[in-house]
Amino acid sequence: MAFDIGLAVLVLGVAIWTITARDTFAAVIGFVTFGLLLALVWVRLAAPDVALTEVAIGSGVTGGLLLGASIRLRRTETPAAREKPGATLRLAAAVLCTLVSAGLATTVLLLPEPAPTLAPQAAANIPATGLGNPVTAVLMAYRAIDTLLETVVLLLALIGMWSLAPDRVWGGFPGPRHHSDPEGVLTFVAQLLVPVGILVGIHIFWIGSVAPGGEFQGATILAAMWILAMMAGLVDAPPVSRRWLRLLLVAGPAVFFAIGLSGFAMAGAFLAYPAAYAKLLIVAIEVPVTLSIAATLALLVTGPPERARQR
Amino acid sequence: MSLALDALTVLAVSAGAFFFLAGTVGLLRFPDALSRLHTLTKADNLGLGLIVFGLLFQVEGPFAALKLIAVWLLTLLAGATVAQLIAHTARPGGSPV
Amino acid sequence: MLESSQRRAAVADFLLAAAGVVLATVAVGLVRILWGPGDDDRIMAAQLLGTSGIAVLLLLGQAMSVPAAVDVALILALLAAFVTVAFVKGAARSEADRA
Repeated sequence: MAFDIGLAVLVLGVAIWTITARDTFAAVIGFVTFGLLLALVWVRLAAPDVALTEVAIGSGVTGGLLLGASIRLRRTETPAAREKPGATLRLAAAVLCTLVSAGLATTVLLLPEPAPTLAPQAAANIPATGLGNPVTAVLMAYRAIDTLLETVVLLLALIGMWSLAPDRVWGGFPGPRHHSDPEGVLTFVAQLLVPVGILVGIHIFWIGSVAPGGEFQGATILAAMWILAMMAGLVDAPPVSRRWLRLLLVAGPAVFFAIGLSGFAMAGAFLAYPAAYAKLLIVAIEVPVTLSIAATLALLVTGPPERARQR
Repeated sequence: MSLALDALTVLAVSAGAFFFLAGTVGLLRFPDALSRLHTLTKADNLGLGLIVFGLLFQVEGPFAALKLIAVWLLTLLAGATVAQLIAHTARPGGSPV
Repeated sequence: MLESSQRRAAVADFLLAAAGVVLATVAVGLVRILWGPGDDDRIMAAQLLGTSGIAVLLLLGQAMSVPAAVDVALILALLAAFVTVAFVKGAARSEADRA
């Protein structure tokens, strides 16, 4: 009990610090700290799947994304700091935030006891999916269409990001060229961590069928390792016009969609799996989706093209 | 037998928590960023090692024990190398990597 | 002598208390690090949270019988290192911009 109170106070404290931080770099550090602490909260609530996702995506990759944004905005920070919003605007924002918080709090406190839930039906039907992890069963069997649409949304975000490139570097290399001393510490860190990270990513992806884990978490670890290799200068980001890259990005959603369509023929509905082949089909979807999402996330963090392709 | 194992766990975890406390004291009292980094990396990793050692007696099966050791080794390696990286940036006139 | 189930509960309580102690050190450490003027100190926040967070996760996982907490700790180790490298590169780049 004391542990929970302490954790809650710590999380709130870090959140307040993040909001009131002076510059965006400090705020991003606060955001990542907040996310990592939130993972502890999730484990305390016995939700390790959410904790895995929080550490990987909520803190790690999103932190990298925000950091990249903060670096790009560096030059605008001083003029932006000088434009302070007026008192009425801040009062209105405070009132709105208080109302939303009060609404959320009353909703949570007034939840019926016991809360209505589909958990028993979900658990009862798991054997038909051939999986052992109820969260993966929800993501890949009961609500597979949500997962399919998520992969498409990520792809659209990437296309939107690429469209920010100026004309002369269209289809070029994303992000700056990172040079690194081959004898230096950064290269050593990357050479040490990237292989281990790839193994861990594959492990987390593979056990997702029977234990907390799965394709999004595994893909995020793989993406983080690719970004690490790029930051250390071990590999350069591929130019976004390369055909193999675009095939890799599209493969996941395409296979997902194709298997979904074949569900009409095999079991009578979109994304329906015949009971005997459910696990096989789910794995057949998960492998390309993991690779596509890893590539998409890594490219999202790397940013729009900045260097032209040499012809 | 398992009473002895539990006692070992309590001892090792207590020692580990003590090292975490010591590391935090160092974090508060040391004068500059580099020495704070030093205590952060050394004391906290040692504390983690002791805690992992204590937990080894509580888990079931060799696979779970190996996984705990793997976590500790990874933290040790990642922490040590990344601390070098931070030190490069933090030293006065720090050179960019 | 305590029964084995009582002893197991006592060990779980002890592990939870130990997790609380480590969490308290994180809190104090964070106050110092996030206050520390300049970015050099703040970059260490991810490392602090990484190592201590892993300790808390392992203790919590054992105390609450959540074996997946070890996997979360595994990912935390990797991602904390990744984030720290990103911060170091970001700080270096801002130094170069300011110069």
